[in-house]
Amino acid sequence: MRRMDEWANGRMNEFTNERMTEKFLFDQVSYTYEDGIRALRDVNLSIYPNEITTIFGPAGGGKSTLLRLLNRLNDLIPGRRLEGRVLLDGEDIYASGVDVHALRRRVGMVFATPVPLPMSIRQNLTYGPELAGARDRARLDELVESSLRAAALWDEVKDRLDEPGAALSGGQQQRLCLARTLALEPEAILLDEPTSGLDPISTAKVEASLQELKQRYTVVIVPHSVQQAARVADHAVFVLQGELVEEGSAEQLFTKPRDQRTEDYITGRFG
Amino acid sequence: MDDFPAGEAVRTIIVIAMKISRQIRQQLGFALLGITTVIVVLPILLLVGYIVAQGASAISWDFIAAMPRDGMRAGGLWPAIVGTLLLTLGTAVFAVPVGVAVAVYLAEYAQDTLLTRIIRLAIVNLAGVPSVVYGLFGLGLFVIFLQFGASILAGSLTLAIMTLPVIISTAEEALRAVPQSFRIVSLSLGGTKWQTVRRVVLPQALPGVLTGVILGLERAAGETAPILFTVAAFFLPRLPQSIFDQTMALPYHLFVISTQVPGMPVRIQYGTALVLLIFVLSMNIVAAITRSRFRAKRQW
Repeated sequence: MRRMDEWANGRMNEFTNERMTEKFLFDQVSYTYEDGIRALRDVNLSIYPNEITTIFGPAGGGKSTLLRLLNRLNDLIPGRRLEGRVLLDGEDIYASGVDVHALRRRVGMVFATPVPLPMSIRQNLTYGPELAGARDRARLDELVESSLRAAALWDEVKDRLDEPGAALSGGQQQRLCLARTLALEPEAILLDEPTSGLDPISTAKVEASLQELKQRYTVVIVPHSVQQAARVADHAVFVLQGELVEEGSAEQLFTKPRDQRTEDYITGRFG
Repeated sequence: MDDFPAGEAVRTIIVIAMKISRQIRQQLGFALLGITTVIVVLPILLLVGYIVAQGASAISWDFIAAMPRDGMRAGGLWPAIVGTLLLTLGTAVFAVPVGVAVAVYLAEYAQDTLLTRIIRLAIVNLAGVPSVVYGLFGLGLFVIFLQFGASILAGSLTLAIMTLPVIISTAEEALRAVPQSFRIVSLSLGGTKWQTVRRVVLPQALPGVLTGVILGLERAAGETAPILFTVAAFFLPRLPQSIFDQTMALPYHLFVISTQVPGMPVRIQYGTALVLLIFVLSMNIVAAITRSRFRAKRQW
């Protein structure tokens, strides 16, 4: 009996050492839009903190839907239907009584097209915290600097924080949007093709920031290409027509995919 | 067989004619557009020019700032100017908050239900109701039923109801023109719907909303029929003391001195028209300036 317990504990330790507990969990999730189109079918997926999870696959396959389920941005679409559960730290984020606004501060999002709000760089960054009730100027200034630094934008804009955010270049705007999300002090960051409109240099800067960010956050990204998926991923998830085909460590999935469809896609045979 | 060379020539001529006619047609088109522009602009210029020519000599400090005398045949327009200002202000007080609130509701909150369709239909129809009908409605509701009497209050409320459709539809338009992406970003940063509307959408829509407000008020300032039964005094050479007083107003005053007072100097009639015109046009100019200044600052 004792040996059994020891053995079990040993196994547990092994397991926890290997990986921390999951941040997000999709539990048998199916998702249907109003017009009856099934965006997701029976998805089971664990997303872990401190690593970059990439969700990739052909367009229209449900990647963005999967991502947006994590901060309930899909609530905005009328007539949607969700089955199954989506858990954050073990709690169902679609349960009644969940504060959606607090959830969205915990789970920040960066979009494909950078959209600076029509205000100054500084105000873009303080917007989220102020909505949550932050008033302390010194604290906000500190937040502005730290989030801009984390997004590798501080040196470029520190002297013009009061200029409009829209005055920045495309690549800078996207890093501003990343900084704006970081200013929420979230636990997880979702990125939906964050570099699709950027030049290679800006893309490299954003990707480099991601590697830093995963030290502190759970990072989930829908990359804009298989190449990017392979470059940034620790954990990779291949989604095809609403179905989770395969997931695994990036190394395994991109070198020895188990599913023929995954192999076909990453070798460019379709998509 | 002899026809053949002739046929060839005809064909060549047709081809050339078509080539030419394409250019000519374009020039003809531009000319037509130019003419229609002139047709639109010319009457306005003629109208303003005629009124200025006939009325400018009447304008003086006294004409603006003095009380009317001698059965309105002499003196100034002061009580009518003040009356119109007060009525415009009163209209704004009632119509702007309600109109903007309705526009925010329709643009930001309302789902596409039967109820909102009925509301929209009502707004469109309200815009088409003749102004004299508003006047009678105001008489029935505010003057008689609510016992406000013929007063600035009753007149302002009547004008406000008439102005609402203009304010609502322009404000709604302005709100809808704000990019959807701003709303999504704000919500994704943990903003509530109301925070998003108040801090992002409304400020961005403000120039459009203001333009609508000013255009609506401008119409209110120039209307005669709605104030006819609800507030306007025929001849009242003193300023109103409270919102329950009657007052003179420029449009009605113009109507009176043009039709009801024998022996009225033409100069004064046109002078009054000119003052009313300046009043309304200056609001228009303010609207245009507001719009262009905000547009220059806009970042999308």
